[in-house]
Amino acid sequence: MKALSQNRRHPMVGVALLLLGLLLTGGLYSLASNINSASAYSQADYTSADNISDGETLFNANCASCHGIGATGGPAGPSLVGVGAASVDFQVGTGRMPLQMTGPQGQEKQNQFNEEQTMQMAAYVHSLGAGPSIPEDEYLDADHADVNLARGGELFRVNCAMCHSASAGGGALTRGKYAPTLHGVEEEHIYEAMVTGPQNMPVFSDSNLTPEDKRDVIAYLKEFETQGYPGGASLGSLGPVAEGLFVWTGGLALLIGFMVWMTTRSS
Amino acid sequence: MSVIQDYQASTKTGKIANFVDTRMGASKMVKEFGRKLFPDHWTFLFGEVALYSFVIVVLSGAFLTFFFDPSMAHVVYDGAYKPLYGVEMSAAYASALDISFEIRGGLFMRQVHHWGALIFVAAASVHMLRVFFTGAFRRPRELNWVVGSVLLILALAAGFTGYSLPDEVLSGNGLRIIDGVMKALPVVGTYMSFFFFGGEFPGDQIIPRLYSLHIMVVPALIILMVAIHLFMVVVHKHTQYPGPGRKHTNVVGYPVGPVYAAKAGGFFFIVFGIIALISGFLQINPIWTYGPYDPSPVSAGTQPDWYIGWVDGILRLMPGMLGDFSMLWHIPMPWGWNALPLGVLIPLIPAGVLIVGMVLWPWLERGMTGDNREHHILDRPRNAPGRTAVGVAGVIFYCVMWAAASSDLMAVYFMLSLNDVAYALRFLLIFGPIIGFIVTKRICLALQRKDREIALHGRETGIIEWTPEGAILERHEMVDDYRLYELVAYETQQPIPAQPNNKGRVGLWSKFKAACSRAFYEDRVEPVTAQELAEAHAEHDQDRRKLQGSVGRTVQELEGKRDNS
Ligand code: HEC
Ligand code: HEC
Ligand code: HEM
Repeated sequence: MKALSQNRRHPMVGVALLLLGLLLTGGLYSLASNINSASAYSQADYTSADNISDGETLFNANCASCHGIGATGGPAGPSLVGVGAASVDFQVGTGRMPLQMTGPQGQEKQNQFNEEQTMQMAAYVHSLGAGPSIPEDEYLDADHADVNLARGGELFRVNCAMCHSASAGGGALTRGKYAPTLHGVEEEHIYEAMVTGPQNMPVFSDSNLTPEDKRDVIAYLKEFETQGYPGGASLGSLGPVAEGLFVWTGGLALLIGFMVWMTTRSS
Repeated sequence: MSVIQDYQASTKTGKIANFVDTRMGASKMVKEFGRKLFPDHWTFLFGEVALYSFVIVVLSGAFLTFFFDPSMAHVVYDGAYKPLYGVEMSAAYASALDISFEIRGGLFMRQVHHWGALIFVAAASVHMLRVFFTGAFRRPRELNWVVGSVLLILALAAGFTGYSLPDEVLSGNGLRIIDGVMKALPVVGTYMSFFFFGGEFPGDQIIPRLYSLHIMVVPALIILMVAIHLFMVVVHKHTQYPGPGRKHTNVVGYPVGPVYAAKAGGFFFIVFGIIALISGFLQINPIWTYGPYDPSPVSAGTQPDWYIGWVDGILRLMPGMLGDFSMLWHIPMPWGWNALPLGVLIPLIPAGVLIVGMVLWPWLERGMTGDNREHHILDRPRNAPGRTAVGVAGVIFYCVMWAAASSDLMAVYFMLSLNDVAYALRFLLIFGPIIGFIVTKRICLALQRKDREIALHGRETGIIEWTPEGAILERHEMVDDYRLYELVAYETQQPIPAQPNNKGRVGLWSKFKAACSRAFYEDRVEPVTAQELAEAHAEHDQDRRKLQGSVGRTVQELEGKRDNS
């Protein structure tokens, strides 16, 4: 303390200030971008000619090799006519597209494009034929006054748990395909997954699950993420397998340790 | 009698003790049990762990009964857990949720009950493996082995009936499988299922019925069997590992009172403490995430508790189709077609083989060894290569089925194809035990040879000595007499050839028995005899003398040189 007050212009002060400034701007930026993240772009953006043509350029550079010029389908990818903006936003937003390698299932990876670029490609695909569009904020709001958590839970158990598991931790499908964990997936992407049915997931159209139903499901999943584990550490939410594994490793090891200790004293 | 009445204790405690004793004869019991000797080895404590965890499960279970409502009546949940608020469910599930969220300490007690149950069955299983691999089931303890097997099956029954009580989706799926297996049985299946569930699955009877089984019938049977089990342990006296001074006619150990009793009492609290710690820190069976049972949703990642896993696994391993050959048969009957789902029935065979093989093992082994003597000294596993190899084969067989119950999780977490996992496990189910048998037997024989080598020539110290004559010798350190005894005091089994029956013919059955006996005992390493030992030691003594002689000479030579200079 004394040293600090005596030497006001400590050489590290500049660095500290710089760090503080960076943190502040970074924090503010991420706050601001979070507020806008759901759908920062209005319907009008999808019809703007500028965005469509920018999207086409991006698409031809990054996607046409597989999906073909004009997105009408190519050697290594399906036609995207009519898949809708939601599909592009989901596929590109979760990093699935551009596809990195062929395999049983396209993998998620680091997102390759920023939001504006994603929106422009979505606008381009949207212009080729109408399909599900990016959901409105209203249907992504887990804290909305009309949300019915219990109903979301029921819908989730009936429609999703058979693939994604009751704890939403994911599950296996045949031949190396799998339903991924839903923990930490953004609201927007949950909605889009339901409405577009990526790869081996079925489509849940609005006549299946209304937008309000979808919001309930999203709210349930978000509640799941935030409620924590009342009983202690979750062991990965894997259910009885993880519990059994623990008993046979940690539990027995602890017991055997004491058993050996109990009997070595005497010999 | 009159002597006892005349005795006057001088202290207050003495007076109370005397009062009780003159009415109940407690001192006789203390004398009888208190003087029982217990050998001290950590592997002998697994049975105790099982016993103590059972006590803990009973205590925590008693707490749960105060609040659990085993009823399938429909209620609307209005408790504290928001995501289920307003959902229709059975009273059983609602009360299990209340135990978790509303009863003070309820969640902790549920977790103690469930972790305790998992540890109970695990400890009992390891206890069984210990008994098997050391040959403690041999005469006169075969009946106690059978009682133990019954206890293990009862433990599975206790676990399964308990696991099903909360009536959520996870355990409901388990019951649905039981229902399916029952219905797969030809002719009687459907009747059995209707009888068990009190009508069409799931009905509204099953939870109360399971509850009666879970808190009354099964625990009462367990307690009865445990009493018989322990009584027999006292009657037979405990076995012991081979060691100097340990004979078939004695037990070397501690008397129960006071040291052993105190230790055992302390150990109870250690087990209690461990279970309590685990239950306090690790969540188990979060029933609120699964939702109320309803036959339509089936969740991915549905697994039973670990001890039922092997039965689930064998069902998963069974192919439904082999190429074009369907395992679902349709048998024409006068009233139409009856389905015969072999895919469900065939898996019952390996499961049955495992259980029946376990129960009958003492007799199977006797058939092959012809050894009907009493055994109170245990085998080191390596000294019974045939049995150890069968044990390992059985463990592998069990573990492959067990692993198959988590095939989906293996596929997801190790990025494998679910189909490939199933193919690999099917291969292992058949060839794993065979490979395990051969490899284990070879390892046992190799270890026995190593023991023999050590007994005869001592431990290699890695110190190489070079005599002035140029001879190079490794120094061998002889083991002390205690260790030596352990290395040489064992018996081997000879294979018994096929015996002709009283008509003088060698039947197929006895040929089969002889073949098994040969597979088990043809290759063996005989224990070191006293003569071999004497010869080997004489040889080593000579070496040592030579070496010492030459070292002595070198020193003299060196000293001579110094004197000269
Ligand atoms: C390496 C080839 C490849 C590249 C590059 C690629 N894709 Fe794909 N894309 C595929 C394949 C194959 C599928 C179909 C299987 C799947 O969904 O993973 C697909 C599916 C899609 C879908 C989902 C279609 C539907 O039915 O909903 C969208 C949207 C999409 N791609 C957009 C894009 C965009 C935008 C890009 C450029 C950023 C891109 N893809 C780059 C191969 C590719
Ligand atoms: C038939 C099985 C199946 C069902 C039923 C199913 N899904 Fe999926 N889901 C999948 C598969 C497979 C994927 C992976 C798709 C991919 O990688 O492109 C997936 C992906 C997702 C994703 C994207 C996850 C991520 O990491 O980006 C979300 C969100 C999702 N599902 C939500 C749901 C919801 C909500 C439901 C119920 C309304 C549901 N799913 C029902 C199979 C299923
Ligand atoms: C006499 C002894 C026992 C009593 C009185 C008892 C009582 C109970 C009760 C009332 C429940 C329902 C409450 C609930 O599910 O939360 C329960 C559940 C259960 N019991 Fe027992 N039980 C006893 C023994 C056992 C044994 C020996 C085992 C296993 C080997 C066992 C395993 C289970 C399991 C796994 C559950 C499910 C627990 C859960 O909800 O997570 N119980 N028991």
